[in-house]
Amino acid sequence: MTELALAPRRSLEVRLPRLLAGMAYQDIVSLRDHEQRHGPLPQWGTSGRRRPGRLIDVVDASGLTGRGGGGFPTGRKMRSVASGPGGAVVVANGAEGEPASCKDRLLLTRLPHLVLDGITLAAHAVRARTAYLCIHGHEIELRAALEDALAQRRTVDLDPVPIQLHGIPGRYVASEQSAIVQYLNGGPAKPMFSPPRPHQRGVRGRPTLVHNVETLAHLALIARFGDRWFRTAGLPSAPGSALVTVSGAVRRPGVYEIELGTPAGQVVMLAGGPAERPAALLVGGFFGAWLPARSAWPVPMCHAALKAAGGAMGAGIVVVLPDSACGLAETARVIRYLADENASQCGPCMFGLPALADAMADLAYRGGRGRMVERVATLAGLVDGRGACRHPDGAVQLVRSALRAFKADARWHDQRGPCLRVARAPLLPVPCEADWYGA
Amino acid sequence: MSYELRVNPIACDGHGLCAELLPEIIELDPWGYPILMSAEVPRGLVEHAKRAAAACPVLALTLDTYPERP
Repeated sequence: MTELALAPRRSLEVRLPRLLAGMAYQDIVSLRDHEQRHGPLPQWGTSGRRRPGRLIDVVDASGLTGRGGGGFPTGRKMRSVASGPGGAVVVANGAEGEPASCKDRLLLTRLPHLVLDGITLAAHAVRARTAYLCIHGHEIELRAALEDALAQRRTVDLDPVPIQLHGIPGRYVASEQSAIVQYLNGGPAKPMFSPPRPHQRGVRGRPTLVHNVETLAHLALIARFGDRWFRTAGLPSAPGSALVTVSGAVRRPGVYEIELGTPAGQVVMLAGGPAERPAALLVGGFFGAWLPARSAWPVPMCHAALKAAGGAMGAGIVVVLPDSACGLAETARVIRYLADENASQCGPCMFGLPALADAMADLAYRGGRGRMVERVATLAGLVDGRGACRHPDGAVQLVRSALRAFKADARWHDQRGPCLRVARAPLLPVPCEADWYGA
Repeated sequence: MSYELRVNPIACDGHGLCAELLPEIIELDPWGYPILMSAEVPRGLVEHAKRAAAACPVLALTLDTYPERP
């Protein structure tokens, strides 16, 4: 294999932090501080060692995968857009839909120039003529801060393809990539039936590269320090670092940068360790899975290992469920939220998810006369894989993992009624919940 | 040629005609939306599948053709 590494100027010994290096406690990192720490944005030309295709080669060799949840190889996605009919569009997805994730928000509010560098590099690599950065429409302060950062960059002409800020609705399904594409095309922010996928035909019918903002931030560093540097962290099969959001019963909840492959238990320890005896971990967010704490502790945080353990990496979310909380009640709350957030497009999701949410709520809060576990499992089977997007599948994965991880609890609830722990204060962040109960 | 059925779940309104015309492959869920027992259509049912796809009032059911797999 040819040597793809760009001259590494960094010590190979100090591996982390990478993205979060130099992050100020509260303030946005200015363009000057950003360039001082990481060096100027590498200039890519049209031919030779600096041609667009070579940047894609470097990304390919780095083994970077999408950090928004899908985990698809970034280089391959870029290549398929670059090989399209031209006039490509780059969309940076910074509209974090997962209530339990904060990493994209952290990047955009503190380290915007990493993300903006990444957008410009991606636009160059796929020869795009248009670039968007999508954030939640209601984040007015964030928008103002990003406008400032973009204005700073304009004075030194850093972004040859102008980056347009775009606000999208703050709904759970609105940040799915085909939903963003449809919204940028003037339609509703709802997922579309595919194929064609966005990389084939996206914004205004052009091949469209949709990347999570963390993926683009990694791209900004890979373009500077090379693929070999990137691979010095993480596993050979899952190289690099990733941002994770750790919350629940931990002493110091927050966003942490880890090497991929770090055991889940060690990630919890990074966040100060469990604040109470842990019963289970929710790994991967609302489309992830519950894993019993004991078996989750040694599982490496990467797509392959978590999938093998019945979980998912998702957007790098870890929530510690303490022994004092009821996993079934927490799941019921999340499924109710996901049912409410369905896009009202596909029948099985529109009718099936509310039915599933009812059944989960019955199991958690009322008990089920010995029949509710079976009813939950039946309904899960009826909605699994039957939507245009993966919304119903994600909800089903969470429900099934709950029935596995809290098997004994589920039997107790089903036969004897709710356990005492359902009275504990809710743990998982579920937006708008107060509206349902009039609290 | 092999034939495969595909439901566009966004377009589908649960009219249920497809299940009437092709009960061998399509059944309805409790809310009236079609469940395909297999996407691939056996040779003997291709004509029925074509009729079912043509009967869908919202064109949500499509019959795609693929060159025979080795």
